[in-house]
Amino acid sequence: MSGGITFDIAHLLAGGLVLVSFMMLYQDRLYSLLNMFALHSLVLTLSVAWQAYVQHAPHLYVTAAIALGFKAIIIPVALHRMIRRLGIHREIETVVGIGPTMFVGMGLVALSMVVMLRVTQAADPLAREDLAFALAVLLLGLLVMVTRRNAVSQIVGFMSLENGLVLAATGAKGMPLVVEISVAFSILIAFIVIGVFLFRIRERFDTVDVRALDDFKGKRRR
Amino acid sequence: MNALAFNPVTAVLVIPVSAAVLLALLPSYRISARLNVFASLLTFVAALLLFVTERPQPGRYLLIDDLNIVFIVLNSFVGFTTSVFSASYIAHELETGRLTPANLRFYHAMYQIMMFGMNLAFVSNNVGLMWVAVELATLTTVLMVGIYRTHEALEAAWKYFILGSVGIAFALFGTILVYMAAQPVVGEGYDAMAWTLLIQHAAAFDPGLLNVAFVFLLLGYGTKVGLAPLHAWLPDAHAEGPTPISAVLSGLLLNVALYAVLRFKILIAASPEAIAPGPLMVTMGLTSLVFAAFMLYRRRDIKRMFAYSSIEHMGIIVFAFGMGGPLANFAGLLHMVMHSLTKSAIFYAVGHIAQIKGTQRLSSIRGLTESHPGLGWGLVIGVVAIAGLPPLGIFMSEFLVVSSTFARQPLLAIPLVFGLLIAFGALLLRLTGVAFGQPRGSTAPVEGSYMPMYSHLALVLGGGVYLPPPLVAWFQHIANLLG
Repeated sequence: MSGGITFDIAHLLAGGLVLVSFMMLYQDRLYSLLNMFALHSLVLTLSVAWQAYVQHAPHLYVTAAIALGFKAIIIPVALHRMIRRLGIHREIETVVGIGPTMFVGMGLVALSMVVMLRVTQAADPLAREDLAFALAVLLLGLLVMVTRRNAVSQIVGFMSLENGLVLAATGAKGMPLVVEISVAFSILIAFIVIGVFLFRIRERFDTVDVRALDDFKGKRRR
Repeated sequence: MNALAFNPVTAVLVIPVSAAVLLALLPSYRISARLNVFASLLTFVAALLLFVTERPQPGRYLLIDDLNIVFIVLNSFVGFTTSVFSASYIAHELETGRLTPANLRFYHAMYQIMMFGMNLAFVSNNVGLMWVAVELATLTTVLMVGIYRTHEALEAAWKYFILGSVGIAFALFGTILVYMAAQPVVGEGYDAMAWTLLIQHAAAFDPGLLNVAFVFLLLGYGTKVGLAPLHAWLPDAHAEGPTPISAVLSGLLLNVALYAVLRFKILIAASPEAIAPGPLMVTMGLTSLVFAAFMLYRRRDIKRMFAYSSIEHMGIIVFAFGMGGPLANFAGLLHMVMHSLTKSAIFYAVGHIAQIKGTQRLSSIRGLTESHPGLGWGLVIGVVAIAGLPPLGIFMSEFLVVSSTFARQPLLAIPLVFGLLIAFGALLLRLTGVAFGQPRGSTAPVEGSYMPMYSHLALVLGGGVYLPPPLVAWFQHIANLLG
């Protein structure tokens, strides 16, 4: 396997992840946001599987399988059903308009490139670019979280942020505990999803819009 | 086999886990509460044994050194006294119907898993394992904060969850960067995450990567420490969860995150070309201190007020460690111990108060020293201690922080003293209202013992009046290690 093509494919997949993160920024429907997230996880799966192949690290296939099974299929399907049951498939209430969000997103990607490429000059080029892309995905995930008010879309933002972490962890050659960490994160996410769903079932929240919670806060105690 | 059975390192991990399994299976809450106390006591004894037994060689996963013994002993002691307090607290919650026996089963099992997570974070010799342990401890506290299932409790748990998750995500990214920096020097695999090896080779790491890593680690674990502006989860989580959980959150979980920050600070400091971690920590510490001090004035809820006081004190501690040097580190360490003891004692008092009065509103609580002298005066001593008045322990550590700052950076001492005075004023102002004057609200007697509260206060008083020389020598040794 020549170094050139290995590098190009890894680069393409990591870059694709950043691109899909961008596409998540401007989705204004919950369903399409979920579809984008499924695509995001699919790209991650390919990227992790490629790293497993390149690094001859069979345990990374487990991480890839988790990304495919859990994050690209189970979670989007579960959230789809949840949205339908909750009847909140209306437009996402974004805090900031799409235009400014995209500009901030571009700024964040530029920032992560500048920061990571500058400090990692000594590192191996594949890991280095992976890390820069991973930071970009992480920051874009954070941006999705802060520009949405809806609890479900915040979860999606968090999961895309976590995909960035998995990308970084698999890019770091020979890093131990990657599988354990991805399992731990899956458990965490499952908890979040189940949590939101259960709370709704108990009818404590009239809405899963977290702004409603913020409004509630000031009234009684402070 | 024999050696394994008496190994206190495994004991502090195995006891909580086995207790958690038992507690999850036992249906009777009376037995569970006792078992919870018993298991916590055993863990504390095992932690004390760490002082006397021979230390095991640092392995791939576990490590015992001078620094983490202090944390483990403090952790298991407060964990034990809190379990005693919790036993009387939850009995009352069950009577008033706020919790069901099924809730309690869950609560007790979670309590022990949390103790396991915290102890694991302290003893882990692997930065990845430490991260997993901190995450575990956080997750269990999230579940316990939301245990009342009220709207406010769920909101607090949700906020804690989301902010905490972002925090742990940042911390993980920082951890990965540390691995990336270590991998070319130490080699691939577990070695490049083992604490002891990282420290030995830190000087050869790529300083640029370490710089970025530290920023992420400070932001990530700093969210858990409750540093402003990442503190938003902390007051809600303290106010809406059960009071024993507020006590362990303030007294213990913040320390776990602080311990992680300290570990990485030592690592960054060992690399001569990396940025100095001090100024970053000093800035965040001072911001938290001054911000929280002002916020103390606007509180209406007694638990929320003491939560802000925790932010203030974590600010002081991070500031002291950020200043560095033997004296400031010593002061920071002492302050951390004293704060844990005092703040959990205060929360024990607040828990009883909130149960008698049936409210957490400061304006509905009046004249406690008259209606409940034991409780009222305990609170008075606790608040006087936390405000930093002599002769209690926090006065001494704050005095050391301030004097060492004056000696080295007089300009930084101005905002420090300013923040301390503002907080002092706010705490005493509220205290006079709550403790003195005409009693208001229910005057029902307290069911439960004041022992946990007064034992903590006695230790705090003892620490302020006389510190035993071996303890001083130990702390000085750690202060030198911290650099």
